[in-house]
Formats: sequence, structure tokens, C-alpha cells
Amino acid sequence: MAVTTEAELEELATKASWYDKLKVFMRQQPLGAIGGGIVLLMVLMALFADFLAPYDPELNAFEFMLVAPSWEFILGTDQFGRDLLSRIVYGARTALFVGFTSAFIGSFIGLVLGVGSAYFGGKIDLIFQRVMDIFMAFPLIIMALAVVAIFGTGIQNVIIAITIPFIPRCARVVRSTALSIREIPYIDAARALGYSHIRIILRHMVPNVMAPFLIMITAFVGQAILLEASLSYLGLGVQEPTPAWGLMLQGGAEEYAESAPWVAVWPGVAISLAVFGFNLFGDAIRDVLDPRLRSQ
Amino acid sequence: MFQYIFKRLLLMIPTLIGAAILIFFVLRLIPGDVCELRLAGSGLYADPEQIKLCRDNLGLNDPILVQFWDFIFGFLTFDMGESMWTGRAITYEIGLRFQLSLQVAVMATLVAIFIAIPLGTISAVKQNTWIDYFVRAFSIAGIAMPSFWLGIIIILGLLISTQAMFGEPWMPPIQYVSPFEDLWANLSQLIWPAVATGYRYSAVATRMTRSALLEVLREDYIRTARAKGLVEKLIINRHALKNSLLPVVTVIGIEFAFLMGGLVVTEQVFNLNGLGKLFVESVLNQDFTLTQALVMVVVTVFVFTNFLVDICYAWLDPRIRYA
Amino acid sequence: MKYAALKYATAFAVGTVMAVGMSATPTKAASDEKPKMGGVLNFVVGSKIPSYDGHVETTFGMVHPIRPFYSLLIRVNPNNPSSPTDFVCDVCEGDVPAGADGGKTFTFKIRKDIKFHDGTPLSAKDVVATFKKIIFPPEGVASSRKAFFKMVESVEATDDYTVEFKLKFASGAFIPAVATPFNFIYSKKDLDEKGYTWHRKNINGTGPFRFVQHQPGSFVEGKKYENYHFKGQPYLDGFKAISAPKMALRLQAIRGDRAAIEFRGFPPKARDDLVKALGDKVTVQESDWNCVLMVTPNQKKKPFDDVRVRKALTLAVDRWGGSKYLSKIAIVKTVGGVVFPQHPLAANKDELVKLAGYGTDIKASRAEARRLLKEAGQEGMSFTLNNRGVDQPYKVVGTWLIDQWKKVGMNVTQQVNPSPVFYDILRKKKNFDVSIDFNCQSVINPIADVTKFLGSAGNNYGQYDDPVLEGIYDKLSRAESVEEQRKYMREYETRALSDQAHLGVTLWWYKINPHRSYVKGWKIAPSHYLNQSLDNIWLDK
Repeated sequence: MAVTTEAELEELATKASWYDKLKVFMRQQPLGAIGGGIVLLMVLMALFADFLAPYDPELNAFEFMLVAPSWEFILGTDQFGRDLLSRIVYGARTALFVGFTSAFIGSFIGLVLGVGSAYFGGKIDLIFQRVMDIFMAFPLIIMALAVVAIFGTGIQNVIIAITIPFIPRCARVVRSTALSIREIPYIDAARALGYSHIRIILRHMVPNVMAPFLIMITAFVGQAILLEASLSYLGLGVQEPTPAWGLMLQGGAEEYAESAPWVAVWPGVAISLAVFGFNLFGDAIRDVLDPRLRSQ
Repeated sequence: MFQYIFKRLLLMIPTLIGAAILIFFVLRLIPGDVCELRLAGSGLYADPEQIKLCRDNLGLNDPILVQFWDFIFGFLTFDMGESMWTGRAITYEIGLRFQLSLQVAVMATLVAIFIAIPLGTISAVKQNTWIDYFVRAFSIAGIAMPSFWLGIIIILGLLISTQAMFGEPWMPPIQYVSPFEDLWANLSQLIWPAVATGYRYSAVATRMTRSALLEVLREDYIRTARAKGLVEKLIINRHALKNSLLPVVTVIGIEFAFLMGGLVVTEQVFNLNGLGKLFVESVLNQDFTLTQALVMVVVTVFVFTNFLVDICYAWLDPRIRYA
Repeated sequence: MKYAALKYATAFAVGTVMAVGMSATPTKAASDEKPKMGGVLNFVVGSKIPSYDGHVETTFGMVHPIRPFYSLLIRVNPNNPSSPTDFVCDVCEGDVPAGADGGKTFTFKIRKDIKFHDGTPLSAKDVVATFKKIIFPPEGVASSRKAFFKMVESVEATDDYTVEFKLKFASGAFIPAVATPFNFIYSKKDLDEKGYTWHRKNINGTGPFRFVQHQPGSFVEGKKYENYHFKGQPYLDGFKAISAPKMALRLQAIRGDRAAIEFRGFPPKARDDLVKALGDKVTVQESDWNCVLMVTPNQKKKPFDDVRVRKALTLAVDRWGGSKYLSKIAIVKTVGGVVFPQHPLAANKDELVKLAGYGTDIKASRAEARRLLKEAGQEGMSFTLNNRGVDQPYKVVGTWLIDQWKKVGMNVTQQVNPSPVFYDILRKKKNFDVSIDFNCQSVINPIADVTKFLGSAGNNYGQYDDPVLEGIYDKLSRAESVEEQRKYMREYETRALSDQAHLGVTLWWYKINPHRSYVKGWKIAPSHYLNQSLDNIWLDK
């Protein structure tokens, strides 16, 4: 990173006004700002879906099957005559719910396991490492397939399926950061003072691994949205009539890609934009929070 | 060094055993079984007596520990047994698909390299310019698009555009031909999934090339080269790029391991008869023996790739060996 | 269980009486064009081949690629496959025999000019060995349609070219059962020398095509058998059955001419797209389909033990409206009761509208549904619908049903499960509230097929016991004239669908087969299992 940038980052850290911080961030990370904008838009859409959506997203209206985009239906309707705009808006809620829940739960468990493993070290760490190896070795989508096959489909099971593969990935990154912290004398000092394990872990180690942890979460949200779409494509994801982008693509994209392209295009655009936004935003956060991590 | 390699090799064993236990019991937790599906799946009258007979024949009524022992013993002796669905040897079923999966993985990796290295280099050299932003946006877009969506668009685009141009719609072949038999037919089928996948996987490698190169460009010897008045192009190509390649190669290596077992969705879209499609089918068919074997193959490839990467690092950086 | 199987068998008996009564009139071969010889037919198959053994397997994924290698004793008339009663000889000679000895003896004359692909001549011994394997399999040998032949006492060769079946009781179940497309004729020599499982992985038949190769997961290839017993056939030089599990890809394959036809069926929009893109280069054949999805309430679970609630479930569904709209997006179309709609035993529209949920005034039906729910104290009830994770037509119909139920204030969640999980819930756990179930048969035989609605049937999952319905069925299965059968069938239908609303029949499936126009000679049948020997197909290229 150029020297000027570092200076500016320094400046960014010391300045008080969030508005100035935002300005610097936008100048330094124009892509990140775009990504942040998309994420913000999605969050707003999800929060205010009830006001934004012109129709009930689950209402079948066979008189209006596969209507092309028009003033009445801005993005058109699907094969059940459901308004696509409404489904996209409500779909943001599903996507963010799946995305954030699985990213948070997954990274939180990963955080606890990673820090714990690094802190205790020795045999515990070794065993834990092997267990994480096993889970890491299972390709993400294969793991998710197995979970869905066991627990069945449905939104909570999709979240479980997506969460499990995130745990070892987060745990591993957190562990390696935490390992380096463990060697710092103040942890020894804390131990010598007779503090409990829990206290040392929570008060001294966790705060120090927050940077990689936050970066991980943003990356996971994007991945989770994409994974949900892939699971839906394989028929293992969220189920009808719940409005969800992946599901909209699965039923509609294949059959109507040509005769009613809007059915296939909008959910695809929504997914791509959302993942795109989260990735850009995540990259920018990574640069700002921890310049050293860029090379990881 | 040998001691390190030996130690690393030993560490692979618990992972493999753990994976075997995990997959075996996970599969047994899934409700239903292959016989139910095979004999009643199409809605015809199913004779319960026949379903029981089918279970007996496949050993599904054996005690669970007996089944587990059969599986582990088979794995240790490299005898994976037969697929519960087709009754063919699993080694045969997998071998058949392996060639295709390997070829697509190699082609996709090549595509990824051809995209990632030039783009990553440009992006680093023109850091924080609009070119850099464009390149980064382009490569992130690759991860953002769902691969099946991209696949559908590619096939439909080919059909529509060829019909518009030549009057007859054309699409890639839908059955695999070995490249040694008919290279043209082979490539015209596999190039599309390879490009779609390669583009997708180039994103990580592009980012890696960019940041690794940025790091190297700040090193002293590059400054020296600049001070010597060497042409910028030469500095990049001769000195910087070469030295920043190692992490890039590592990333590509790991991605390759994933490609071998992870092309689940892309293979569906392009009707490729590869390991990913076989995996989805075996899971949906409740074909326990085949699913177990496939997971073990994928896990072994993954663990072994990691092992190789670790060894490479240890070889390059002696400190790791003694850590 | 045994009771149900026996019923299944006796049911067939009446089927034949009727078959004769209806006296099928074979239409003459529709095309007057002279078939052209040569060419290879590429077709796509959406399911997989478990093994090659027709006697064991049940999926069309096996029938479509493997059936052309084999012959049957008798088969559905390939030139008139839409008739449910028109059977013709395949390896036998002359007409399909009528039962002698009060319908208890059937004698088939076997053709003398047939050879297996390995050169062994076919004789009565091979036919007998085949049917012995199907009907009386030795301990431990699988035979999926053994129960179809409960009425058979013995099958023997009286000489080298005569096969005689002796039945325990007169049963028309017999002829349709023999015509089932899974009863491939195997060579006795193979069975004796190579064992009963050899045919799982090997093929040696007398069909119009010889096996060339099978690349698992990819394709099956066959080439013309020069000594096929129907002289001059097959017209094709060979065929290739290409595996393509994704519907979109099968459709694109026909469009890009990587395949000429798919034999199972496409959704309506797919047909429209193909016709729009290819114009007269594509021909569409359509037919009612012998498959139907049903709504099965679990009567062991409250409140579905209450007939008012079950009735409300069926009253809420606008079948006539659904037929109009759903047929544009799903492979379902025809409104029908318990019997395949094109069959003489099926209810006509006047009879249908009298059933609950079949009225043409949907507002009145829904008002009635709401009233019943209120009476039962179940206004605004919530439940979960167990459905199968297959798009066409399961998920489409499921989504439609949920919306229909919403209109009478029911709040339904759809639990779509991968097939194994779906079956497990339906058949083993039996803990669902309401489940989608389906009936999908090959040879049409209403009196046999409607056993599905009996609480005692092995393939009924509603968990109820209705002696009245069983009683009507007994009368139905003993009825001799078609008029009498129709009368009891209506009584049975009214009891099962309307008065007790045990199961709710949705819309009957509709088979749409768009194919390249150069494919000639193939005629659509009301089942994707039937008419798949490919011996009368030719390519007009």
C-alpha cells in the first residue's frame, strides 16, 4: 500500500467524525463504497419489504401468468402469476437471513473453537486440528448435501447445512492468529495472576482476533447467499412458496429462460449483485482493518 | 526433512479414518434406502417382500457394525466393493468419470491461470487506478454469478446465436468423447464448462497475484533494479512476477483439489458425466457404498494436496520444519 | 397385505372381461409413407439405469435404453398404443389367445423363426424359463412383478413351440400382466449356465437391436439386429440412449439436434419454446397419461380423522380452473376421478361434477369448505404438506394446492424432501399431516389400479379402514358387464373421493412429446413405459 494511503488510514483512525471517515473510505476504496452501497440497499429492502413490495409475494394469480415487465408489474410475473418485484424484495429478506445467520453462527462457533484450541494447545489442539481437517476436507457443497439429506429441506436446515462448513474455515484462521497472540507475554502474565481460562480467552484473546473474524464474516455472507442458491438449484434449498432468489431461479430459470426471460434474469441479477456487493465490501474492510491480511 | 515428511504423513491417517467414520454414520442417518427408491420410486406397485429381499441381498439388514467393518476393511485393502445401485465395481464407476473430471479440472485451471496472472499483474502495476478497479470488479463478478446461471446463459446463448447466424441451432455435444478419439468433439464439449469454471476460480488467483506482486514490488531489490534504470516491463516480468508466483501456485493447487471433487453444479448444467454428477446421483439414490467411496476419494485428494503444499513450504522455509 | 395382493390379482380378472367387451379397434398405421431404412436415433433419457434386468427394475430409466434389446411374449400394439386394450403377439404367433377352460388355460404358439442375438434359437423352453423366473423365482431371487401373477398355477411347455399357462382362477389380470413391458424374454441357456443374476450386467435378447456398449452415466448404444423376427424391421441402423438428468438440457438437446426425441414428456412451455424455435422441424404428440398425484391426509392424525376437514381439503381445490391454468405450466391437465380419464369406466363430466371438489361453481365449493371447517372447529388450521423434491409436476402442483387451501383460510407449509426422505415419511414413519402420493402404472387397468384407494392396500398410506368401501370394491371386482362395473365404480368413486374424501385426486398427468419431425413411426402411448421397442421408428432424413 502506498505511503500516502497509510497516512490517510492513520488519519482515518484518529478522526472523530464518522462522516469524514466515510469520505476517506469512499475516496480510498471506491469499489468498497459501491459494495457497501449494494449491501445497504439490500438491508433496506429486507427491512422494509412490507412497504416496498407492491403485492403479496406468495399470491397465485393465474390470470396474470408470465406477464412481461410493465407498469403494473415492474419486473413481470412468474409462472404462478406472482409479482417478481415483490418476490425479489422479500427474497432479500430470505437471503440476508440465511446469509447473516449462517455466517454469524458459523464464525462464532469457529471463533470459540479456534481461540480455545490455540489457548489450550498441546493434545487438545492436536485432536481439534485433526477434527477440523476432516470437516475441511469435505467439499462445502458435499457437506451441505449430506446435512439436507439428513434433516430435510426448509430454511432452518439450509442454515445448518451452510453453517457447518463455515466452522472449520473460520476456526483455522482464528486459531493461527490466536496462536501468535498466545506467545505474547501478557497472556502469561494473566495466567500467573490466576485468572480463569474463560476470562483470559474472552478478555484477552478474543478482542485480538476480531479483525480476521470480521473479515471472515463479510466473506461468509456472500458465500452463504451463493450456496443457498446452489442448494436450491439442486432441489435441496429453501422451498416453495417462500420467496428466495435461488429457488426462483431453480423453477423458473430453466423452463422459462427463453419464453419469459425476466423470470430467469432478475433473480440471477439479484444474487450476483448481492454476492458482488458483499465481496467488494469485504475486500475493502479487509484493507482498512488489517493491511497485513491482504496477502492471505 | 524426511522426519518432517514422515510426521506429516502420519498425521494424514487420523484425518482419513475420521472422515471414513463420519461419512459412514452420516449416510446411515439419512432416512430411507436404495431398495425403497429402486423398487417403488416410479410409482408402480411395489411388493414389500421384494424390498426386503433387495435389502438382504445388499447387506442392508446386517448389523451396523458388520457393515462398518466391511467398509473399513474394504477401504484398507483397496477393495471398494460394488455400487448398490448398479451392482458394478466402484473402481470401474469412478475410473470412468475420473478421466473427464481430471480433464475439466486441468482445463479450468489453465483458463484460470491465463486469466489470473495477466489481470493480477496489470492490477498491481496500475494499483488504485480505474484499470485496477475494473479488473477487480471483473474478477469478483466471476465469483458472484451462480455457476448454473452462467451455464444456462452460455448454452442458451449458443443456441440462439448460432440459429441467428447459421439458421440451425448448435449446442455443445452432450456425451463425452475421449480426447484421444476425437479431440475436436472432446474440446467442443468441454471448453464451455472449463471457461465457466476457470473464470470463476480465477478470482481468487487474480487477487493473490495482485497482492503478492504488490508485496514484491516494495522489496529492496526491485528498488535497486529501478534505480539501475531497468525498463519497468523487464522489472515486472523478470524479477517481480517470478518471485511472487509461489503463493499463487499454492492457491491454484488447492483450488485444483476442489475442482476434482467439487464441480457438482457445473456438471449438472452441462450434462458432464463426471465425479460431481456421480456424487449427486449416488447421494440421491442412497447408494451408500458408492457415496462412501467417492467421499473418501475426494478427501484423500484434498488431504494429499495439503500435504504436498506443506512439504513445499517446509522445503522453502526451514523454520516450519522445526515448529 | 396378502389380502391386498389377492385383490390386485382378482382385479385384473375383470379387466379382461372388459377388454373383450370393449373390443379394441386397431386403427390402421397412420402414415402412408413408406419407411426409409437407415440412420441412428439419438434420444435423451432423464433417469438412470440401475441394472439391465427388466424382471427386477421398475424405472423407465431402464426401459427406454434396454427394452429395444428384448422381445416380450405379447405387447401393446405399437401401431395403436393409445388403446388400453389392444395387445398383439410379439414372439407368439397369431392373435393373443383367449382363455380356454373357463378362462383358466392360455395357450401361446411360439414363432419358430426367432434367434437370440448370440445365435441360440428361441423355443417355448425359453419363454417358460423366463416366466418361471418372474412368477416363481427361487428363494432369494428378486422379481418385482411376482404379485401380478398370483393367479398363475403353472407355466409349462407342452412341446417345443407351445407354452401353456394354467390359472388357479379365471383372471383377466393375466393378459395385461403378460404384456407388461418389463417381462423381457431371456434365453433358458443363459439362465441355466450363467445364473439368475447374469442379466443384471449382460444382455442377450431377441429384440430389434443388439447391445453394443454402455457407458454408465453417459449412454447406451444399440445396433440393428439383422435377424429380427419382424421382417424388414427395425428400420433404424441403431440407436443411442443418452443420459441427461436435467430437463432443460434434454430440451436443449432436441433443439440443438443432439437428440431427436425424449420419450417421457416435457412441460408445456418447453413444447412452446421448441415449436417457436424450430417451426415445422418439430412435431408434437400429446396424450393423457396414466399417472396422477393425490392428496393423502393422514387419518391417524388430528384433525384429519374428521371427514369434514378432509372434505374441506378437496372442496377448496378448483380443479376446472386448475386444468385451464396449470396445464400451461405443468405436465397435468385432465380433470378426472379414480379412473384414467380416457377409459370407458371413467366418470364423464356430468358424473364428476357431483363429487365434492369437482363442482363448477368454485365459490360455492369454497363457502362449503369454510362452513365445514368452522363446524369442525378448524378455521384457519395450519398443517404441513409432505412433497417430493421433483419439479414436474410435484412441486408445481404442491405450490398450486397450497394457494388453493389458503383461499379457504388454511395455512399450509410445504415440506419438499429428496425422494428417499419423502418415501420414508410416507411409507415408514407415517407421521405426516398431509402428503402428496402418486399412482403411475404402465398397462392401463382401472379395476386393478383403483385398489390404491382401499385402506387395506399395500400402497395406500392414508391409514384408514373403511369396510363400506371394501364392500363396494368386492362387488365391483365381481361385476361382469361393463354397465355393472360402471355402476359400482361410480359408487366406489363417490365413497372414496367425496363422501369420505379419503384421498384427493388432483389433475391427471398430460404427456407431451415434442420431437424432431424426421422421427417417424413412433406413436405416443398413455404411459412412458409402453411402446418402447423402437422397431417401427424410422428417420425421414
